[in-house]
Formats: sequence, C-alpha cells, structure tokens
Amino acid sequence: MSDPGAAPGREGTAQDGDVRIVQVTKRFGAFTAVDDLTLTIPQGSFFALLGPSGCGKTTTLRMVAGLEDPTVGQIFIGDKDITGTKPYRRPVNTVFQNYALFPHLDIFENVAFGLRRRKEGDVKRRVEEALELVELGHLARRKPSQLSGGQQQRVALARAIVNRPTVLLLDEPLGALDLKLRRQMQIELKRIQTEVGITFVHVTHDQEEAMTMADTIAVMNAGRVEQMGHPGDLYENPATTFAANFLGQSNLILAEISGTAGEDILLSVAGQRIALPRSRAHATSTLKLLVGVRPEKIRIAAEGLGGEASGMNVLTGGVVSDTSFTGVSTQYLVRMPWGQEIMVFAQNVGAELLRPGTKVELSWVPAHTFGLDASQDANAGVDLGGEEPASAVGVSS
Amino acid sequence: MATVTSAPPTRQATPPAKRPRKGPITWVREHIIAIVAALVFVYMLLPNVIVILFSFNKPAGRYNYEWVTFSFDAWLHPCAPPGMCTAVGLSLKIGLLATLVATILGTMIAFSLARYRFRGRAATNLLIFMPMATPEVVMGSSLLTLFVNMAFPLGTTTILIAHIMFSISFVVVTVKARIAGLDPRLEQAAMDLYANERQTFMKITLPLVAPGIAAGALLAFSLSFDDYIITNFNASSSSITFPMFVWGAASKGTPVQINVIGTVMFLISFLIVGLGQFIAWRRRPKD
Amino acid sequence: MSAIARIGTDAAPPPTRRGKGLVPYLLLLPGLLWLVVFFVVPMLTLLSQSLQTGSIDTGYTMTWHWQTYTDAFSLYWPQFLRSFIYAFVATALALLIGYPLAYTIAFKSGRWKGVLLVLVIAPFFTSFLLRTLAWQTILSSNGIVVKFFNATGLMNVLQALNVVNGDQLLSTPFAVMAGLTYNFLPFMVLPLFASLDRIDPRLLEAGADLYGRPFTAFRKVTWPLSMPGVVAGTLLTFIPAAGDYINSKLLGNPNTTMIGQVIDGQFLRVLDYPTAAALSFTLMVTILVLVSVYVWRAGTEELV
Repeated sequence: MSDPGAAPGREGTAQDGDVRIVQVTKRFGAFTAVDDLTLTIPQGSFFALLGPSGCGKTTTLRMVAGLEDPTVGQIFIGDKDITGTKPYRRPVNTVFQNYALFPHLDIFENVAFGLRRRKEGDVKRRVEEALELVELGHLARRKPSQLSGGQQQRVALARAIVNRPTVLLLDEPLGALDLKLRRQMQIELKRIQTEVGITFVHVTHDQEEAMTMADTIAVMNAGRVEQMGHPGDLYENPATTFAANFLGQSNLILAEISGTAGEDILLSVAGQRIALPRSRAHATSTLKLLVGVRPEKIRIAAEGLGGEASGMNVLTGGVVSDTSFTGVSTQYLVRMPWGQEIMVFAQNVGAELLRPGTKVELSWVPAHTFGLDASQDANAGVDLGGEEPASAVGVSS
Repeated sequence: MATVTSAPPTRQATPPAKRPRKGPITWVREHIIAIVAALVFVYMLLPNVIVILFSFNKPAGRYNYEWVTFSFDAWLHPCAPPGMCTAVGLSLKIGLLATLVATILGTMIAFSLARYRFRGRAATNLLIFMPMATPEVVMGSSLLTLFVNMAFPLGTTTILIAHIMFSISFVVVTVKARIAGLDPRLEQAAMDLYANERQTFMKITLPLVAPGIAAGALLAFSLSFDDYIITNFNASSSSITFPMFVWGAASKGTPVQINVIGTVMFLISFLIVGLGQFIAWRRRPKD
Repeated sequence: MSAIARIGTDAAPPPTRRGKGLVPYLLLLPGLLWLVVFFVVPMLTLLSQSLQTGSIDTGYTMTWHWQTYTDAFSLYWPQFLRSFIYAFVATALALLIGYPLAYTIAFKSGRWKGVLLVLVIAPFFTSFLLRTLAWQTILSSNGIVVKFFNATGLMNVLQALNVVNGDQLLSTPFAVMAGLTYNFLPFMVLPLFASLDRIDPRLLEAGADLYGRPFTAFRKVTWPLSMPGVVAGTLLTFIPAAGDYINSKLLGNPNTTMIGQVIDGQFLRVLDYPTAAALSFTLMVTILVLVSVYVWRAGTEELV
C-alpha cells in the first residue's frame, strides 16, 4: 500500500520549498489531536487538508505556522528544519478563520503590519498592490469593524499575501460567508494562487470546496491522513470507507470473493456476481471485500426492461422504497433482497419516474467499482461531509 | 382518496373578536419592571441631585440641610472654609499617587492571572478578593495596629500605603476582565506577521487593553479620593483629606463649599465616563 | 454551584499558556507582596494586639489574654447583633430593589444599556459622605418624604415595626437601614447585572415556552441562572454593610450604634487597643467564615 502522505510523483525527493511534516504527533494532555502524521505538500500547489471537525487539520496547520509545537516529530520547509522556530521567524503567513484583523488599526496598517515588522521598504506601493489584488483599494482607511465579513476576509488575505511568504496557510477562511460569496471567493482564491504561485495550504471541512479549489487533497480523520491525491482520483477511487463516505456519497456492499477473471476480481453478493478491477481493490483479503459504487454511476431500470448489457455489473431483485425528485435528478432508495438500501441518482433526462414498489434492476460499469477492506467501519465518515448519507450498511452474508 | 361529495358547509360570518381595551392597570402591569427600575434610579440619584442643588444654597446657620435661597456665593468663593482646599489638595495628591502605583501593580497581576496557568492560582484569587470583601473598619484598624506596633508615624505616607492596598484588587478585576475579552488570536496573528513577543505586546496587546487599564485607574482614583474610614484610622491631625474634612464639618458646621467640591467631582467623573462612552460609540461597527 | 447554573453562561475559558518559568510569578510578586505586607500581616498584628495587655502609655505585652474576647463580646454583643441584622435587612432590600433594576438593564434596555450602566455607578461620582449627608436633608421632618409617609400611612407601618421615632424618620433605625441599602445598592446591582447579562436569551425564551406563567419561568430558569450574581452581590453588600458606621453615625441615634462605631471609638478615642482589636478581629472571622462557605461551594475562579 503506498504511503498516503507522499506527494504523488515526488516520492523521495525534497523539493526546495516543499513543506514536509515528518512523523508529527500532537497531544493535548490525554487527547491526541494529530497522530504520527507524515505529509509532503508540494511547492506551489493549492493543497487542501480536508476532514471533519476534530480531525486535527487545524492543529496541523497551526504547527506549520508555529502557533503550536509538535509533541513529537519535525516540520521542514525545503531542507530547513523549522520545528523549533518561532512563528515570527518562519516564512509562513496565516489567514485565520475569524480573520483576526487588528481592530484598532485601519485596513492599510493591518496589511502593512508584517512589512513594517520586517522593516521592508516600499510599504505604500506594496500595500496598495495587495489591496488591489483583492479589490479593496478604496477602503484602505476604514477600520475593520466598518467592513462586511467578505471584505474582512479579503483584507486578511491581502495582509498575508503582501509578505510574499513561502507558504500561505488558510484556516477555513470561507466558513463565515454566505453561499454566493463563498463560491465567488473560491474562484478568487484559486485565481490569486495561480497568479502569485505561492504554496497554499487550505484547511476545510467542506468537501465540495476542497474539490473545487485544490490540486491535491489530504483527507484527514482522527489525527491521521486517510488518503491523499488529486481530487478526481480521490473521488473516483477512494481507498478507505471514510474517504468513500466523506467525499460525496457511496454505496458499500459487503461481498465474498469468489474468484478471478483476468484483471478482475470476482465477488458474489447474495448469489449475484460483481466484477472489480484488481487495480481498484484497496485491500488484500481473500475472503471478503466492501464493494463500493457511487450512486450517480448506477443505472436503474424497471425489471426486465434494462436489457442485458454484457460486461456490466448487474444487481437484480431490488425494489424501489423511496423516490425523491429534486429537479436536476431523481434520488432513489432501492431495497435489495439482503435488506440493504442502495442509493441511486438518476440524472433528469426525461425518463419516467419509477414509483416506490417497482421491481428494478441496477447496473453499472465495472470500472466504476472500488473495493475496500471489509474490516473497516462501513459507516465511517457518513453524516460528516455535510450531506445526506447514502446507504452504508455492512450486511452479514 | 376521499372524493368530495357535498358542498363544504358555508362559514357563518362571525364578527372579529373585540380586542379588550388596554386600561392603565394593564399598561402598568406590563411595564412593572421598567417602572420599578425607574423608581430605583430616582432613589439612587436623588442624593446626588440634592448635593448639586444645595451647592447653590445660602443657608441661614452653620449647617446646609435646609433650603433657604439660591445663591452663587459658594461657587464664587470655593476656598473660603479654612483648611478645605488644603484637604482637597491632599486628597488629589494621594489619589494620583495611589492610582499610579495601584494601577501598575494591579495590571501586572491581571496579566499574570489572565494569561498564565501557575500553581497558587486559588490562593492568589482569594488574596485579591479579600480586600474587596473585608469591612473597611477591619482593614483600617488592622493597618493601624501594624503601624503602631512598628512605631511607624501616621500621616500622609500611611494613608497612601492604605489606599494603594485596597485599590489593587479593583484594578485587577477591571483589567483582567478586559484582557479576558481580548481574542488571543489577535496576538497569534501578530506573531504570524513577524512581530516578536515584545512588539506584539506593545503594538497589539497594550493598545487593546488600555481602555481596561484606564477604567481601573479611574476606579482606583475614585476609591481613594472618596475614602473615609480607612483613611481616618491611618491619618494624623496634620494630614486631613477631603472626606475627613467633611466628616469633621458634619459635627461642627457644613459649609456650602463642600457641596461645590462634590459637584465638581461629579461633573468631572461624568465627563470622563461620558467621553469614554462617546469614543466607544464612535468606534462601533457601522452597519 | 450546580451545573445548571453554568449552562448558558459563558464561563471564561481557562488560560492556556503554560507557566513559562518565572514570568507569571514575577508579574505577581510586587502586587501580592504589597497585599501580603499591608493586608495579611495587619490581620495577624490585629490578632496579636487583641491578645496583649497594657495601655498606650505603658506599652503592650503579649499575654495571650483570651479573656479580652469574652469581655468584649459580653459588652458589645448587642451591637454585633444589630450590625448583622441591619446588614441583613439592607442586603435583602438591596436584592429586592436591585434585581428588577439589573434585570431591566440586562434584558429590556436595548440601546440604552451603556447609559443605564453609567447611571448605576453615577452615584459614586460624588463623595459618599456628601450623599449620606444629603439623606439628612431628604429625610428631615420638613421634607417631602416624611409628609408622603404620613399621608400614605406608611409611617404607621414603620411605627408598628418600631423602626422610627414617632413621626421622625431621621435618627432612626429606618434611616440607617435605608442609608445602608442606598450606599451598597450598586454593589448588588453590578454583579447581578453581570450574571444576568451572560445568560443566553434563548434559554429564557425556552423557559417562557415551557412554563405557562411568567413567574414560574422566572423561578425555574432565570433565578437559578442568576445565582452566581446573587451570591456575589450578597457577599459584596452584606459584608461592608455589617462593618459600616457612617450611616449609623449620620442618620441614626445612640441606640442604633453598630459595631463599626464601637471599634472606631475603642481605637481612636478610648484607646483600648486590645478590646478594639478583639472586636475587629471577631468581625473579620465572621466574614471569613461566610467567604469560605462561598468558596467551598463555588471555587475561586469567579471571585476576581
């Protein structure tokens, strides 16, 4: 199993400016917030630390900033060990969750603060430049309390960026904004990062936000990294039940391994056969696996009308137990013979709604299947991604 | 699904229920709490009003208890009563000095309590609390026994020592509340932005805590200027403060000028507090 | 303090910085030293003085003369009792009067909260001696108050309670207690207000929802949640009131003498230091007992 914390394609080489977190543990008394974390954040990337509250992502961020000290472990920027360095000596700046703008200074002085402390020249021009970048040049002389939430957030960003740090840390900066503003700021942040080229480390619990903005996501849970990779890879091929349930929704079906067929592993669920490409199996059991497939990948049709498409994974015997038409799609809950309810999202292309009670047939492309270790909790990560849970019931066969 | 087989029954047009006219009794009952509060304020501020009013009195005899006639006399000759302005001067001097020392000591304690975990917190809290809860008679008399036993001469110095002693706790409470209300992330942000510990304190912490320190200082000054019991125990015949003067006057004859001083102090305090409120109002977030 | 008293109140989060070596202690040192030398030590000298015999002229020697305490107590127990009774009445009245005031400021004042708070401490802007003297004017026999009391029959009530002299309000127990209540009212109102202000208003709404009658909601929700303020206010009112003598001297008569006056007299006029010290120390011990009970129940974090 590959090291979940290694930057893809860069194992073993520390690039200049990469942030490396090496076997860091942080304990607060009896509570372990970060548990033996090893992570490499590639220079110049937009990196997201994603996870539910309490997973240790903010603590990790604060340790990179120097606002917390690791109990065990080291932190490097490039080749330089910054573990014991004070925050004001690190080339790192933070955008805080509540912005932390200095209330007694005006916007200009807030943004200029870091420059002045380092006695850098050309303060006026650089501050104005930073404020222009976030489109707030005209508010330079106002006080923070006179600005709206969105404006304060942009000032906090300008205040950090103006110092041209090696790494910019963002601690759930969009949490307090309303939906529309949040979407706007997500695009803005991405644009700025691309323009400026600084490494952004963005901490969030919102998986949509992480997937929209980040080049690389590390999914964290209970102080550890569950899985790390490009958003697409993470989404299509999750390696743990937590990742499968936290990012979007998944159906996880307990199945017995019945054999192989070429590159595929064959499994059996209540007598029905499912094919799983070997490369998408993340466990090496010989007995059981949790077979996963995302709801939008499943095709649903009334029994008998589906047409036997060869090469597809097919599950029959299901009965629709709930139909919810949401406009864009229809969400079905289908009760299978073994008791589990499978969630299916059918895009609204004009097909007729299947009413509850209809006997249906589910099918999907085998390449969309993923396999997870059956000993993991099939409900891990459910209800934490902020969305309605799909079915994730392990069934004893 | 039930089908409708008969026309729905027609609704009788009912006249809207008559709203009971709200009599004065109901109004009183609903606002009873506010009314009581207003009465309490009258009770609390009436003596102040009397003091101010009677500074414009021209009493017939030695005492200033009954209204005789309106006059500016006392205001035009504020230092007429012998020894009064000296007493005011001494009270001011002691007040300023005591405030200075008590504010510094109290602020230091407040920072320690608010920002650090250390052993002996409980004992410290208790020690700070006790002077606020101890009767002045006890504090004054105990200090007297100390000075007498040490053969330390009573006078301005002993008064000053006593005033500093009982003011510290009030400064601690005021400043500590302000520090506790300070978002620690502001200081973290400052350190994140390259300010070391000293710079963070000077540029961020201190300016933001300053209003609390000012409030504590003001409180300390008021307590000092106004104190009688403790001062009386620790003074000598050559160190008469304003409250001591007033007390003496209460039995010998109350000159109108003491009301003048009282009114002036009232106005100054009002102005300072009003100024503080005004500044806070100016800084409020604009919607 | 019960757990329910904490719900809805923002208990201050404990400080997080580890005692970085000596810094916290260095900050504490000067101030605490001052308090130890000029508050704690005097208490000890007070105790020691009370056990000595002698006089101002011949000097004092330590004789462990515990008799002084019993003598003083047998002589002056009426004044002790009176002081505590007056203080108790004043505290109860202050609570009765101050609670609605604090409640109004906390919940019903809207924009005027700051102004009202200033008004609560405004009395302090004038010397309290002057204010107490002003009460002599207010309660004088020619004043409105006396006339009002006579007209409404309140005077009869007070006469029945034996707290006034005929038709006179001044120089009576009533005047003393009214003065005490007046002087210490802000000490009751401010802690009450602080406590009430911290209650989450949604808890009150929930209470109003659950309990049909407003008084029941108050009794079951508001009152318990305001207990920290009630206790603090009671302590800060009762204790100074018990030791006060200004009100008694200026507004009372020789029959209303409180223990504070006795102590003052013994120290400064009679010059009987051991007796005076014994009385003073006894008063202090009583107070200490009260505070200990409070600390035992509620801990020390919210004291300061």
